[in-house]
Amino acid sequence: MTEGYWKKTRQLTIVLLIIWLIVTFVLSWFAPWLNQWQFLGFPLGFYMAAQGSLFLYLLMIWIYNRRMRQLDDEFGINDE
Amino acid sequence: MATSSRIKKYYLYYTGAFLAFIGALAVLENHGMPPRWIGYSFLFFTIFMYAAIGVMSRTSDVSEYYVAGRRIPAFFNGMATGADWMSAASFIGLAGTLYLSGFQGLAYVIGWTGGFVLVALLLAPYLRRFGEYTIPDFLGARYGGNAIRLVAVAAAILASFVYVVAQIYGVGVITSRFVSLQFEIGVFVGLAGILVCSFLGGMRAVTWTQVAQYLVLIVAYATPVAILSWNVTGNPVPQLVYGQVLGNVKQLEEKIFAQPAEEQVRNLYRERANLYAEKIMQLPQSLSLEREQLSREINRLKASDSQMKDIVALERQRRDLPQDPEQARVRWEKAMAVAGERAKPPTHHSEAFPATDPDERRAQQINFLALIFCLTVGTASLPHLLMRYYTTPTVREARESVFWALLFILLLYITAPAYAVFAKHEVLSHLVEIPITDLPGWVAAWSKVGMVNIEDINRDGIMQFAELSLNPDVIVLATPEIAGMPYVVSGLVAAGALAAALSTADGLLLTITGALSHDVYFRIFRPQSSTQLRLVISKSLLLVVAVLAASVAAQKPGTILSMVAWAFSIAASAFFPALVLGIFWRRANQQGALAGMLMGISVAIYYILRLEADNIPWLGLNNLALEPWFHVQSTSAGVFGVASGFLTIIVVSLLTAPPGRNSEDFLNRLRHTSKPGANAID
Repeated sequence: MTEGYWKKTRQLTIVLLIIWLIVTFVLSWFAPWLNQWQFLGFPLGFYMAAQGSLFLYLLMIWIYNRRMRQLDDEFGINDE
Repeated sequence: MATSSRIKKYYLYYTGAFLAFIGALAVLENHGMPPRWIGYSFLFFTIFMYAAIGVMSRTSDVSEYYVAGRRIPAFFNGMATGADWMSAASFIGLAGTLYLSGFQGLAYVIGWTGGFVLVALLLAPYLRRFGEYTIPDFLGARYGGNAIRLVAVAAAILASFVYVVAQIYGVGVITSRFVSLQFEIGVFVGLAGILVCSFLGGMRAVTWTQVAQYLVLIVAYATPVAILSWNVTGNPVPQLVYGQVLGNVKQLEEKIFAQPAEEQVRNLYRERANLYAEKIMQLPQSLSLEREQLSREINRLKASDSQMKDIVALERQRRDLPQDPEQARVRWEKAMAVAGERAKPPTHHSEAFPATDPDERRAQQINFLALIFCLTVGTASLPHLLMRYYTTPTVREARESVFWALLFILLLYITAPAYAVFAKHEVLSHLVEIPITDLPGWVAAWSKVGMVNIEDINRDGIMQFAELSLNPDVIVLATPEIAGMPYVVSGLVAAGALAAALSTADGLLLTITGALSHDVYFRIFRPQSSTQLRLVISKSLLLVVAVLAASVAAQKPGTILSMVAWAFSIAASAFFPALVLGIFWRRANQQGALAGMLMGISVAIYYILRLEADNIPWLGLNNLALEPWFHVQSTSAGVFGVASGFLTIIVVSLLTAPPGRNSEDFLNRLRHTSKPGANAID
């Protein structure tokens, strides 16, 4: 009955991890290239490292929690 | 939820009381209260508050003592995690590192926040669903056997002890600087502040104190830079406006870096570095030559009727010469490195990977990513942080609490780069190109304690950018004075730094004693011992470990800051592969995990040792220095440790028998799957 729960959890985890890898490592690697644009007066590469990535991390955790709440309800999972 | 709103009300009152206390001190300062008394008031008021919370939440229940009875709501667990996580290094050191290294320093900001995504996705919900007491517990239950538990205990203690020494050392620095207590006394005052919470009430008291400490530290961190931002830009939200200030900084940099005087200063430093290089080459003759020269000069002065104080100065110089060629080499190499550093062409604050040489540029890029990797994975491996996810009532609240934790932590980490940029703006616009006698008062005040160093090497009486060197800690500590704020704000900053150090030390001490008393004593040696005895053992161990850590800190170990960076690499290499594969890969077994953990720790320690120590005299080892692999510095040793850990677990697990029935049941419970092997990929 709850087989699909783990499958979907794992899928969600993998998708978010890939996004995390891109935000964390790919954006950092290309920071000099991003710096040619401006955002709020910041060079974009600097902004992403100092604030932008941090907000994206927060958003990712929020999405994960929201989706997991839905999955919990869908499969009737109730811990404790 | 009724309790949660009642707790919120309590902390609202508490915050109000704290703000009223600051206001009262500000009024008193206006009426002539001396700074020293303000410092004392902050020190004793805050420690008294923490102690009161500690006494109110005292407990003799095992579950309360280790995991706060699993009754901490997500919001407050997030706040406690914030204080637990942000240490003296985040509070005092980070802004200074960002000042000195500009964009490169942002690796810390990304690393220390990005790790929470890994915690949220890979660990927190599963640790909570498992629902025991410690991290070694988890590994022991998943893989079975006491060997893995012992390895985990050793790794947890190794990483946490270094870290707790650094916190107590930070307490000593803060108390000695702001209330002029003697360093050693400051260390033990801090120790008292730590023990009143953890000793009486374990995790429960520590959690509620950490919530209080978070509130103090975030108010203390945000206030000075907000006022500075208001002064400079007319907007009190520094995080929003420092982009424009960064633009001004860039213009100032372009103007100043090209000044002929700056170039002259850099050339003088380069000459000095070359001179030291020459002297090192010609050891030991160069040392005796220098001593002879000084003696001759002293004799000449004595023969003429020059002033006594000149002669005394030269004699002191002669006395301070290195004792032997070995000491001379060490000292001169250090001086050469300092001069060489100052001779380097300056880089723009916002420029990423500024090296002009393509090879060096690639090395900067690799090290930036490697450091981020180690800090993120290390964040998701430090036992004192992961322990916090045992304390929530449900799995759902564990997940939510990671969100709150990151939100509360982020508030500090988006402020730190603003500190650095405002400080740089201040230096470039109000210090550089100013006659040295006209420098603002805070420069002289912090020069006296050796945190600011100005050397007029070209003797033009004017300060050049290259002539100034700042200790990284001074940025946060001196910002109140830079912005011309009353002393009460400085006292507030000291209280915030103290809160950051104490809260982290509390969490770490609990982790160490939990590993010793719960995992070693109870699980391995005396499973039949009564709960009362377990608590007695735990509390006595807490005292022993705390005093031990304070004694080490009182010795002022020199390399403590890099040791903290190594703690991240060691924790990451030991725990991350075993934890993550233990949850996500059914086939991982005991042999694999044991081999992988040992391999990870060994590789990380091996790499650090080979890069950092050329000689280990007491082991009779010489010429250890290793050429770095792929340019990676020793602070990022975890890259190799984690990779080899993963590889070893996978290879060894596949070569040995699949894990038994217990692991199957364990994973089914963790994942809410009923049939084993239902997923093809597993």
